[in-house]
Amino acid sequence: MMTDALQMLGTIAVIALATFATRVLPFLCFNSREPPAVLSTIEKNLPPMILLLLVIYCLKDVEWLAAPYGIPELFTIGVVAGLHFWKRNAMLSIFTGTGLYMALVQFNVFSFV
Amino acid sequence: MKKRVKRHEKEEGNADIFMSALKTTVPVFLGYIPLGMAFGFLLDGAGYHWIYAFLMSLLIYAGSGQFLAVALLAAGAGLSEFVIATLLLNLRHAFYGLSLLEKFSGVGKIKPYLIFALTDETYALLTTTEVPEGGSKARFYFYVAALDHLYWIIGSVLGAVLGSLLNLNLEGMSFVLTALFVVLTIEQYFNSSVRFPFAAAVGAGVLSLVLFSPDNMLLMSIIMGTLILMGREKMMQGNTHVNKGIKAHAAVKPVEDITWRKNDD
Repeated sequence: MMTDALQMLGTIAVIALATFATRVLPFLCFNSREPPAVLSTIEKNLPPMILLLLVIYCLKDVEWLAAPYGIPELFTIGVVAGLHFWKRNAMLSIFTGTGLYMALVQFNVFSFV
Repeated sequence: MKKRVKRHEKEEGNADIFMSALKTTVPVFLGYIPLGMAFGFLLDGAGYHWIYAFLMSLLIYAGSGQFLAVALLAAGAGLSEFVIATLLLNLRHAFYGLSLLEKFSGVGKIKPYLIFALTDETYALLTTTEVPEGGSKARFYFYVAALDHLYWIIGSVLGAVLGSLLNLNLEGMSFVLTALFVVLTIEQYFNSSVRFPFAAAVGAGVLSLVLFSPDNMLLMSIIMGTLILMGREKMMQGNTHVNKGIKAHAAVKPVEDITWRKNDD
């Protein structure tokens, strides 16, 4: 029992360190010296790219070839984006979208396709 | 006497910053609670005491990393497998730090915590929302990061403790994080005149969705997208000085508007 707990704690510590290592890496590399020129020029372009990639990443588990073919996801993303371009109210866009998506999947609205 | 007045003002300022951090993180709260619960529930199902859900969320604090850990625990993996899998899965965070070097400079002694707490969602919020006017950057960043962390811990402990007792129909609720990313992407679009990163993301993202497994696609797409950005930068540098002037103007403008605040009235 005791050894199990110790082993689990050790495993957690190792995962925690590995996770922190990936996060601290750039700060260690470029703490004292300037990042190379090509990095600093793209530095400002990384957030918009990564954010859009995170949106696409959220679709990673969608089964495109089986009903409902990712329609609830794409439809809701379209609504959120449209609403946000129109009103530009973050809370409104996010909660309308989430409520809509929950309704779509819980009531299986797209089951006809 | 003077000193006391000043301190009082400062505390009020802090309360304001805390409130705006609270508002900023509401979507993450609604996303982390069900996701954290799913993690806690899984760990409970694998036969682990809820204290481990608490410890993992407190010390590791990586959504997909913790789900992976449960899978590896269930499979009885060795330590080296944990290390390699975690490094590969979370390597994308190294790219996050690259664009935060400047923002995180001068935040003082909380910097190690901010780096530790750099999840996808916290990164998205910190790069897109503006520090409240007159507020301390360090405090605002700290509140946002710590609140997100707290939500994640609460969610995972709830999931582990309540487990199957609770039968709420939360299906689809974690879509709140997708919606958050969509909104923050559009904010980036408004706040910057550069358009190429979006094209690079669509190209790299869709290609990775097709080519790679769900577990690998984010890291691969970030690497691919970064290479595309670097390649383009190299090509632009080959052009004349005129282009350089244009590029300087095309750089990201400071965020001028906080949409979160619009809800105040």
